[in-house]
Amino acid sequence: MSENLKRKFWAAALILLFFAGWEVFCIASGMSDLILPRPSQVFATLVQRFPILWPHILQTLATTMLGFALGVALGVVLGAIIGVSRTAYDTAYPLLIGFSSIPKVAVVPIFVLWFGSGTVPAVLTSLAICFFPIVVNIATGLATTEPEMEDVLKALGASKLDILWNVGLPRTMPFFFASLKVAVTYAFVGTVLAETVASNRGIGNVMMSASSNFNVPLVFAGLFILAGLGVALYVAFSLIEMRVTGWANRKNDFAAA
Amino acid sequence: MHFLMSQSSPLLAIAVAPEPETQAAAQPRLAAELSQASVTFGRGANAVPALAETTLRIPDGEFLALVGPSGCGKSTILRLVSGLVQPSSGAVIVGGREVAAKALRLGMAFQNPTMLPWMTIEQNVMLPLKIVEPFRSQFRKEKRGSFRDRAHALLAQVGLQGFAGKYPWQLSGGMLQRANLCRALIHEPRMLLLDEPFGALDQFTREELWAILQELWLTHRPTVLLVTHDLREAGFLASRICVMSARPGRIIDDSPVAFARPRSIAMTFEPGFVALNQRLRELIVDARSAQAIAGSH
Repeated sequence: MSENLKRKFWAAALILLFFAGWEVFCIASGMSDLILPRPSQVFATLVQRFPILWPHILQTLATTMLGFALGVALGVVLGAIIGVSRTAYDTAYPLLIGFSSIPKVAVVPIFVLWFGSGTVPAVLTSLAICFFPIVVNIATGLATTEPEMEDVLKALGASKLDILWNVGLPRTMPFFFASLKVAVTYAFVGTVLAETVASNRGIGNVMMSASSNFNVPLVFAGLFILAGLGVALYVAFSLIEMRVTGWANRKNDFAAA
Repeated sequence: MHFLMSQSSPLLAIAVAPEPETQAAAQPRLAAELSQASVTFGRGANAVPALAETTLRIPDGEFLALVGPSGCGKSTILRLVSGLVQPSSGAVIVGGREVAAKALRLGMAFQNPTMLPWMTIEQNVMLPLKIVEPFRSQFRKEKRGSFRDRAHALLAQVGLQGFAGKYPWQLSGGMLQRANLCRALIHEPRMLLLDEPFGALDQFTREELWAILQELWLTHRPTVLLVTHDLREAGFLASRICVMSARPGRIIDDSPVAFARPRSIAMTFEPGFVALNQRLRELIVDARSAQAIAGSH
């Protein structure tokens, strides 16, 4: 346990050191806060403007979670289809790669064209950007399931659905959660991207209008909020992951359980 | 002997007496039958014959051991009977029907225990109950009740009491193999398919499990098809031994094993048993060298 505490201590120390270094650099180089504000300024702005920022935080969070949830649903279904069937894999993979290679900035204007500016294009952008890693991981998890494990059930006369439910999906859970952690941060990127281009609400929009007013500390405050939200969601999914797929993580603390 | 908590089988009375293990005069009921079944993996130039045309009749309640050189298709026969592999030609009838129909409740144990790593030992052992009717429909209701009791009783019988809640990686290879046996038995299969289930164990654990398996067979009389490399194991357990030739395998010797039951480990050192062992050994050595000669041309 002390080993664990030590690791946490060093992680916290590195974060503090990063901000301290930044602060010292700004003071020492006499950097204008129009270019790079000191972290203390950013935090002051953050606290001061928090009541105004709060609705935007909620907006961005809700948009991201909606886009993420839809992305997970789509990703799981597509991944399951591709992972179970070799034919589906061969047929659909090129198309999927093509879709995932499109820079998502490029699709925001199209979404705006279709649905007008606001929440809808933001949800769609975050969906589009986050579903791909889920598809790939679910498909990989299912496709690499050991045939011996499936044989155990096949010999009992289990149906394909039984096998998917009892072997394929549980075996895929570690892959799934690894992709969720990546996908949730991607989903934020998508939301903020769309908010920056075409919305009058959300952190992305706040940062956009702050930068056009040269309110650079507020721009950075927006960045800090996004980073904080990203970390919070990452941690949330890590905790769920530990509960659900602890069996795959016995290298860590699971042995004690 | 109280193995599976089911009502005692009518065969129990016969099983207790040492019985003559010759074929009954009347046509016996068949648990499984291969008629000229062959298996070839791959197609065209890549085709690999795994099993030559084989005919094998396994009467109900028999303990049949398959021995032979490695790669001779012993496991293929097992996989044919279990329905994991379809015959390329010929037919496989299990429980009076084509295999796909699953007319007979099968229990299977592979050489590799393949416990599912996300389940505890108890959950792994109960897995067949989750899949196979009539247990399947009661699984939700009974998984914390009678089904769990049944799993615990089985685990206790193979010396794994207290390990039910552990995960597979917390157990040694021998322990996993015992749990594997429990999983093959929990749904009271009418036919047991065992693919070198004791191969990875030390000799003493192996002998201990032989005794458990013999006891089980004497009590419940499932049909057992055992694939093994170990001739002592075949002689100790089986009521009939089939020897197979090298790949593509076919059956070159088929003989009953008449030693009285229950058999003891001490018996395996008696002259009659040693002679049987030696005869089987020579058959397999010949089969291997025949393959070597065929290969050199």
